Amino acid sequence: MNAPETASEIRAAVASRQISAVDVVRAAIDRIRRLDSGVHAFLHVDEEGALARAERVDRRGDELSRLPLAGVPIALKDNICTAGVRTTAASRLLEHYVPPYSATVVERLENAGAVYVGKTNCDEFAMGSSTEHSAFGPTRNPWASDRSPGGSSGGSAASVAAGMVPVALGSDTGGSIRQPAALCGVVGLKPTYGRVSRYGLIAFGSSLDQIGPFARTARDAATVFAAIAGRDPRDSTSSTAPIADCVAALSGDARGLRVGVPRHLLEEGVQPGVHEAFARSLDALKDAGATITDVRLPHAPLAIPVYYLVANAEASSNLARYDGVRYGTRAQGATQPSGKAPTPVPSLSDVYYKTRALFGAEAKRRIMIGTFVLSAGYYDAYYGKAQLVRSLIRRDYELAFAAVDLIALPTTPTVAFRLGERTSDPLQMYLSDVFTVAANLAGVPAVSVPCGLSAGLPVGLQLTGRPFEEATLLRAADAVERRTPAASLPGPK
Amino acid sequence: MRRIATLARLELTADEIETFAEQLSAILAYAGQVQQIDTSGMANADSAIPDSASPQFRSDDLAPCLPRDVVLEQAPDADRSAGVFKVPRVLGS
Repeated sequence: MNAPETASEIRAAVASRQISAVDVVRAAIDRIRRLDSGVHAFLHVDEEGALARAERVDRRGDELSRLPLAGVPIALKDNICTAGVRTTAASRLLEHYVPPYSATVVERLENAGAVYVGKTNCDEFAMGSSTEHSAFGPTRNPWASDRSPGGSSGGSAASVAAGMVPVALGSDTGGSIRQPAALCGVVGLKPTYGRVSRYGLIAFGSSLDQIGPFARTARDAATVFAAIAGRDPRDSTSSTAPIADCVAALSGDARGLRVGVPRHLLEEGVQPGVHEAFARSLDALKDAGATITDVRLPHAPLAIPVYYLVANAEASSNLARYDGVRYGTRAQGATQPSGKAPTPVPSLSDVYYKTRALFGAEAKRRIMIGTFVLSAGYYDAYYGKAQLVRSLIRRDYELAFAAVDLIALPTTPTVAFRLGERTSDPLQMYLSDVFTVAANLAGVPAVSVPCGLSAGLPVGLQLTGRPFEEATLLRAADAVERRTPAASLPGPK
Repeated sequence: MRRIATLARLELTADEIETFAEQLSAILAYAGQVQQIDTSGMANADSAIPDSASPQFRSDDLAPCLPRDVVLEQAPDADRSAGVFKVPRVLGS
């Protein structure tokens, strides 16, 4: 098949009118129809809407040649609001929710010429590391169907890995873009906190959440990132800091970059095959002109405990809005039929309890932890303390970035784990994010780029950088990508 | 457990209470290691926002909001002509 595969190839073909956006989008939908029964990356494919949107792109005339994502099909994690298209966050609470507005990132993608084709599976409200906490069934890893794609943005990662779409958006609160990107063998970028508007992202941990791209190449990730980044008056935490040209920054090398490796974090729990692939990626960085040194992040081992206090506190607050009154599901038995009141009349409090009983187990666990750590008598000991230790973690990064430009770690300590392997032990599941959560706590950007295989499964290299230096991250990721033998992505079966 | 569930307006089954009690104890014991860290001398946590210029508030200009009927369209129960969400009786019997 000679059809264009990457976003940049598609864009070039559509912009020069060698192929229409409608044809590109139809081909993507065909691939989804053919491949997704074995993967379950998508919760909803918006065929009719996508073709209509593609037609509008084709009609954009002379403007077409200037659109950075002309005709590029993209998948959106189902916690990103799309006007008129169902958005569930993989929860029973929003099973039938049709947002009246689109997220800022959706508007920006459309301005750039991209066409979203559907909404991808995730852990309920983005809470999880395996996509097994979706109310609508798990996603399977395209590399091995008995394994998890990671999570929470597992559907987005799998949709790109399986070649259904060239690019996708996910959200990352503690690793939910980078961890599934690593486990599915694709590139995933978590931008600096504040770089991408959160308007229209269904909130989980508001001080941690960021939307970012999945792609098969660093170049495509850079192009999508450039399209969605920037100040949005509807998100007061979005930044006015200038945006570097991330695509132009891809020089093919890493000359002059100092890369720090916190080896003290790698002493236990990392699979040998992950160690080996990581070592090879450091060689690739050296070959690209970077220098490798040791660096210390003394408080990083506390990132997981701090994260599960801070994130769950914010989650319990954000999920308080699902009460069955203004939108979303009202539980059966809690609905008061219009007209004559039945007896006994359910109380408002019944509506709350019965509706909120529809949360899945993981969401309930997190609401319980968050409610506890915010409750009177425990707030200072848990939440307040966690916020102080979070500051120590952040300051470790500030100190480290005085000496190095990037920090390198494996994205995950293991390759993709088996479905069902960790669902009964929440703490074990949380530990799969051991190398990713610190970047969210510190607000710094981080990328995962494929760096080889271990026993036939992908391994990711994570690079973390200074705030707003995504261009440096993507440049180094691109340099590693060019020096890593292309692992054949699982093709159409 | 029951007190927290009530604060969160969560109806938990007996099974859930049993499973969660064990899991939450393990998670909180693990997370509790932050309490061993010396933070004396730290008055306040740093801002979560890396950009010291943020947050920036938008100018307070009038702009259109979503029409009321569009918003009520998503409500599980509403009286569209009156323009209100409907819930069961709160006061009285």
